Amino acid sequence: MKRLMIGNEAIARGAYEAGATVATAYPGTPSTEIVSNFARNEGVYAEWSPNEKVAVEVAAGASIGGARTLVAMKHVGVNVAADPLYTFAYTGVTGGLVIVSADDPGMHSSQNEQDNRGYGRFAKIPVIEPSDSQEAKDFTKLAFDLSEQFDTPVMLRITTRLAHSQTLVEEGERLAIPLKEYKKDAPKYVMLPAFARSRHIEVEKRMQALAEYAETSELNRIEWNDPDLGIITSGVVYQYVKEALPEASVLKLGMTNPLPMGLIKEFASKVKRLVVIEELEPVIEEQIKAHGISCEGKELFTLLGEYSPELLETVFKGKKPGSYGLESQIPPRPPLLCPGCPHRGVFYTLNKMKLIVTGDIGCYTLGALSPLEGMDTCICMGSSIGASIGLEKARGEKFAKRLVAVIGDSTFVHSGITPLIDMVYNQGTSTVIILDNDTTAMTGHQDHPATGLTITKAPTKKLDIEALVKAVGIPNVRIVDPLNLPQLKEALEEELKRREPSVIIAKRPCVLINKQKTTDKYYVDSELCKGCKLCLKVGCTGVSFMDQEKVAVMNDNCAGCGLCPQVCTFDAIKRVEG
Amino acid sequence: MIKNVLLVGVGGQGTILTSKILSSGLVKLGYDVKMSEIHGMAQRGGSVTTQIRYGDKVYSPSICTGEADLVAAFEKVEAVRWLPQLKKGGTLIINDYEIYSLPVLIGKENYPDGILEDLQDRIKEVKVVDAAGIAERIGNIKTQNIVLLGALVKALGLEKLEWTELIKENVPAKLQGINLKAFQAGLGC
Repeated sequence: MKRLMIGNEAIARGAYEAGATVATAYPGTPSTEIVSNFARNEGVYAEWSPNEKVAVEVAAGASIGGARTLVAMKHVGVNVAADPLYTFAYTGVTGGLVIVSADDPGMHSSQNEQDNRGYGRFAKIPVIEPSDSQEAKDFTKLAFDLSEQFDTPVMLRITTRLAHSQTLVEEGERLAIPLKEYKKDAPKYVMLPAFARSRHIEVEKRMQALAEYAETSELNRIEWNDPDLGIITSGVVYQYVKEALPEASVLKLGMTNPLPMGLIKEFASKVKRLVVIEELEPVIEEQIKAHGISCEGKELFTLLGEYSPELLETVFKGKKPGSYGLESQIPPRPPLLCPGCPHRGVFYTLNKMKLIVTGDIGCYTLGALSPLEGMDTCICMGSSIGASIGLEKARGEKFAKRLVAVIGDSTFVHSGITPLIDMVYNQGTSTVIILDNDTTAMTGHQDHPATGLTITKAPTKKLDIEALVKAVGIPNVRIVDPLNLPQLKEALEEELKRREPSVIIAKRPCVLINKQKTTDKYYVDSELCKGCKLCLKVGCTGVSFMDQEKVAVMNDNCAGCGLCPQVCTFDAIKRVEG
Repeated sequence: MIKNVLLVGVGGQGTILTSKILSSGLVKLGYDVKMSEIHGMAQRGGSVTTQIRYGDKVYSPSICTGEADLVAAFEKVEAVRWLPQLKKGGTLIINDYEIYSLPVLIGKENYPDGILEDLQDRIKEVKVVDAAGIAERIGNIKTQNIVLLGALVKALGLEKLEWTELIKENVPAKLQGINLKAFQAGLGC
């Protein structure tokens, strides 16, 4: 029976059916549900790794150990994992290894929209692109076979629209794939220069063999229609082509590295007009043009964002008559920190103290937005601490008296530890706040080494962040409650004064998972409220001050965190007694 | 023939669960179905949408501007925000319910008056549902999404399917009764 699955669940199912027994990942939208779904199967091992580099290394070890292995991450995670990936591309595999790169055209939940098909060419590994959930499952299974047949890791490249769209999938049986024998094979697995040189020869041979395979593979197919218009496309964009241009002939590429140049030449020779439609970078188009085949591509289509059937229709057929317009002004609805979120106290304080703040990746990046506006930079996972060191080295120690790096607990474990060591080693003097909310909140509350629970919620040794920070040599470490404003302010003032690095651990569980949730309720004493609107500076939907009102009002959104009463200088916000 | 259904609301209102139950029902009825949901940062109190397309054969998971046969708005301002997705002649189901975003709550922006009247003037097929009120009377305001599911099922003419089991499968055991009541109330809207 067919069942609806998001692309991510289908990939997990495909890996399971292919007999995979190991899966690793660091959570990241839009990839998170791949390994969280895989972990639900009996008789498999799955883990949240501390970061994507570790995930790929563990996966490489599992593959060398003979197991079929899945490793998944968001597009920028592949950057973190690039080092092991590039050289694992030389060693090749024992058990099949599939690495999923979940790209995010349109940046629904990412800091950039890099096109990871580029990694396929750069690392010299095959890239496979499914266009719906059924293909996501089928191509994953096939990718394991290809990985073993061609002795290479295989990249399954998906995009947000596929990852998070449900389409029908026919489930199959799990294959009984025995663990492959473990054999010592230093020339294949020890990448000394002498051994690596001979492996590079194998890599080039493999890419040639894969290019031949691509010519006849079921992954690539021509759907003949009107030969006046020929479209070359891949991934979910194929669905947009079928929707918007049903009359066109289509060369659908399920494998986009290496490309089947013979098939492409044949297709090109039989159509009058050839157009390559691919989101983001002209990866296919440039290679086709380099082979002397003329085609259209990015002169028609943007390098930016997500495509849609509508975009295709507009390019080929002109704009359609409009539908209902937006005739009235409507208020925006920006995303923001939840009512009761412990991060709010930190960003309120950072803004109020007019500090320079290097930020990081997580829910708390929203602390950069109005009215909190408590962040100056956010580049990538773990960058807050390194950026803070650089700012101090460029502008001097006096500047560091106003300089704070802010990083979440999961992000700190991911890639904040090494820059913290740098801060000690190279004598930075600024302050780091670790926002410890006991979870990976942004991606949907996954566990990590410092929560003390594994991916299956089994208890494990809990990483002690405080002891770790002390062990790397930070002389001043203290724990504060981020919703206790006087305590937080005092900690910041004291630590920023020091000519040494400091870490403040702002510790309070995410309000969405906090088991000791407060039942406190607050009200505004309208006699005392002067209407100064200071309470609105916390940027919380729990306190309102709408148009005709003269005083602030607590509403049903209030989570009772007690932050806004601390901000009110007239003591007008009071706790409901009893 | 492909039908396009767009559900719009605010993070936390249960639009994804409603879409999931509706999509499962459409599969049971034998349709090819695609449903597109975007999670991530927008869910933190932001505007959320899910798109459902069904028919004999569906390609794209996403709906083009002006091509939704039905838009179900779980919140009034969201109805206006996503109105350009509605096909001329399409149906709008609108929950008579307001959720103020931060700019409104802090007095920077106004929540517009007369949204329902304005929409009723401009669109022929508007179905106003007091889902929140109904859900509150039944005993749990959180079931307003299932009230709206009932209204959706009716508007799409899908009453012939046995929805009870599907709803039971998708809600916590102790809330099954109240959700079934909510669904029945929605069907009667």
